[in-house]
Amino acid sequence: MRAIARRLVTIVPTLIGVVIVTFLLTRVLPGDPAAYFAGPTADQASIDQIRAALGLDKPLPVQFLAYVKDLATGTLGAALSTGQPVLNELKARLPASAELTLTALLISMSIAIPLGILAAVKEGSFIDHVCRVVTTAGVSLPVFFTGLLFVYVFYYLLGWAPAPVGRLDVYFSEPARVTGFFTIDSLIAGDLETFRAALAQLALPAATLALFSLAPIARMTRASMLSVLSSEFIRTARAAGLRSRTVILGYAFRNAMLPVVTTLGMVFSFLLGANVLVEKVFAWPGVGSFAVEALIQSDYAPVQGFVLAMALLYVALNLTIDLLYGLIDPRVRLEA
Amino acid sequence: MSALLDVKGLTVEFATRRGTVQAVKRIDLEVARGETVGVVGESGSGKSVTSYAVMRILDRAGRIADGSVAFSGLDLTAASERQMTDLRGREISMIFQNPRMALNPIRKVGRQIEDVLRRHAQAGSMDARAKAIEMLSQVKIARPEERYHAYPFELSGGMCQRIVIALALACRPQLLIADEPTTGLDVTTQKAVMDLVSELTRARGMSTILITHDLGLAAAYCDKVVVMKKGEVVETAAAREVFAAPKDDYTRRLMRATPRPGSTLRGLLPPEIAAAPNPPATVTGEVLLKVENLVKEYPRQGVSKSWAQMFGRGPAAEPETPFRAVDGISFEIRRGESLGLVGESGCGKSTTSMMVMRLTDPTSGAITLGGDDIGAIPARSFAASKHRRRIQMVFQDPTDSLNPRFTAVRAIADPLMRMGSLKGRDALRARCEELATLVGLPLDLLDRFPHQLSGGQKARVGIARAIALDPELVILDEPTAALDVSVQAVVLNLLDDLKAKLGMSYLFVSHDLHVVRLLCDRVIVMRQGRIVEEGTSEKVLEAPDAAYTRELIAAIPHPPV
Repeated sequence: MRAIARRLVTIVPTLIGVVIVTFLLTRVLPGDPAAYFAGPTADQASIDQIRAALGLDKPLPVQFLAYVKDLATGTLGAALSTGQPVLNELKARLPASAELTLTALLISMSIAIPLGILAAVKEGSFIDHVCRVVTTAGVSLPVFFTGLLFVYVFYYLLGWAPAPVGRLDVYFSEPARVTGFFTIDSLIAGDLETFRAALAQLALPAATLALFSLAPIARMTRASMLSVLSSEFIRTARAAGLRSRTVILGYAFRNAMLPVVTTLGMVFSFLLGANVLVEKVFAWPGVGSFAVEALIQSDYAPVQGFVLAMALLYVALNLTIDLLYGLIDPRVRLEA
Repeated sequence: MSALLDVKGLTVEFATRRGTVQAVKRIDLEVARGETVGVVGESGSGKSVTSYAVMRILDRAGRIADGSVAFSGLDLTAASERQMTDLRGREISMIFQNPRMALNPIRKVGRQIEDVLRRHAQAGSMDARAKAIEMLSQVKIARPEERYHAYPFELSGGMCQRIVIALALACRPQLLIADEPTTGLDVTTQKAVMDLVSELTRARGMSTILITHDLGLAAAYCDKVVVMKKGEVVETAAAREVFAAPKDDYTRRLMRATPRPGSTLRGLLPPEIAAAPNPPATVTGEVLLKVENLVKEYPRQGVSKSWAQMFGRGPAAEPETPFRAVDGISFEIRRGESLGLVGESGCGKSTTSMMVMRLTDPTSGAITLGGDDIGAIPARSFAASKHRRRIQMVFQDPTDSLNPRFTAVRAIADPLMRMGSLKGRDALRARCEELATLVGLPLDLLDRFPHQLSGGQKARVGIARAIALDPELVILDEPTAALDVSVQAVVLNLLDDLKAKLGMSYLFVSHDLHVVRLLCDRVIVMRQGRIVEEGTSEKVLEAPDAAYTRELIAAIPHPPV
């Protein structure tokens, strides 16, 4: 527990840095929100008026202080385009992105890890080549392409999948909000119909993302398993007559897991960023598409809010991974 | 009575990129019940491959091409994989070199023993733990209940080897194959481990195959010795006979090359190339290196590094006393002299050599080289000091100490390019060729990469690199520990010749008293950071004063003289 507390303390400087950097980055972006919102026909006076209303005429340090003050009171500001508080927007959209990303990661892990293990154990065999082909295909096809391809095949040609129009078909109503994950919320509400519908909507975008993240996980599992399998303690285990199942899963895989967990963390953060495109293709109301739109409009508050939320998520993710390390490897625990 | 293990005409092939290679060629090996057979040979002799073939745990590339392996009448070459996994660990088991690597690093050692016990139905879920603890106490591990929960990284090398032995013997197998079980362990630990193995196997009436490169070890613990060379058996005889009257030429050469009491440096070499001994080194009275009251402290590995310390607010409340790796030692090396620094791992000999080499800063004490106070130069800036070129080092592992992407000539030229005054490619090349000739490295090997050179050749490259700048002092850190005895014999002679020719002084760091005696004029024996004994090599080896030195000497196994 003390290790966790100590680890949490080290997060503080990171967060301060994130706050400063996001603030500065949004300010150096080209584009003037005042001019944008005043419209193309506005004259200089009205632009200046809007600028003063937004507080953008003040010097940067003053703006920054105001921003920090807002943050401290839990306000992320309002999005100029929608007029909604950024916090509410993020609250509504983050679960959508998280549900998509996590499902994709689960699918990807459940395929990639066994595939990687098999490929390593039967190095040079048919399954190894299958692993190579699948992973190469996964990384070389861009997500918007696989997304469109899936939509074309499964919705347009085969009609197996519902229309790519967001998280839930229009005929269904959103389940009562508990976690914000439609699949879980509908199960909690005991509404199997909605669950099925939510799952059907989720399947294609999640599969698209999963295919993309398959490659790094499978490759890392394979490489890490190969190096562990050739190590001396595996030879000892074999010489002691342990069954190959015990040797591979009990001895080798647990030792091979550290780099895999690291990769998982990286893949997760990639996915959070990469799903912008998938969200566009499937009209998924996630944070990615929200942030991109805000960015195009030089809308500072949502961009800052988004980056901050991502940074927090990323920090939490890294903490989880560090804790997982300790669970897997006693040697890491010692250093903590 | 029929033999427990009867290997006949065993041939093992490896598929490599350059076609199949026969690692073991039609060898015969017989092990009777209760017998200990030593398989002796240098690297590449196929002794380990033979044992892997018997266990059928060869790499994917290896296969048994021919011959039979009968174990208690069962032909192992024809047995199914299922039969083999049942046999392994229960009937035949194995212990390995490098015990720390041989254990699963992230599983409690007690659990690893349990895994084997349960696998072979020697224990159920109720009594597995008790039996594992019982095994730990049988291999003489103190506080076995506590150690059950230890991870390999928390135990010393000797302890890990005991765990591996416990693992191997847990299911009371009939045959134990010990593959270089004590390589890399200290001599006293080696003796303890070998005594334990022979005690346990004898008590259980087990047979043992001891695979080793060390003739002394084989002589001390085996009934029968099989000498292998390049995949073939050259001699099989009772241990006493082999050492009293070796029949084969190769065995005789191995015997000669093994340092033991009474052998001389030249005597290690085969008679046809043995030259006249070097004239005794001209040791002048002038002191080259003077070390006074050298101390190196390390903070203890504590869990609590206080906040105040982390934020640099001065020293925290005084914690426990720091660990003294080197505890106030003083010695001198004169010009032309070679001094041996002997001790077991953790005695502070490497730390001492690192401080003399100015790679780490001493906590206190003085180091002077030919009157210049080099101890005052911080280790960080020593590389830029003009005194840097006066001290050079030859490292323990000839492979790891060469940049794998540098050719031999590039490696030798490295110090010349960094600190030498030679300019121009041709001058450098000429100097490297001169050095290569000096260390006996054929010139056509100069453009090869380390992986294309043999162990002995790599050692020569390392030595050429060290003497490139005509240093006054060369620190030799176990320069032959990774080499075969016959190569070690050649390298030791080379080092002695070079010293006579170039007038250097040596600080020879080693754990092997016999090797030190051959090369050094004087010896320092260290233990726990202090000098326990100091004197001329003859005196320390033949009439040691300290009890610890006597213990060290007694622990070294050697073939009968």
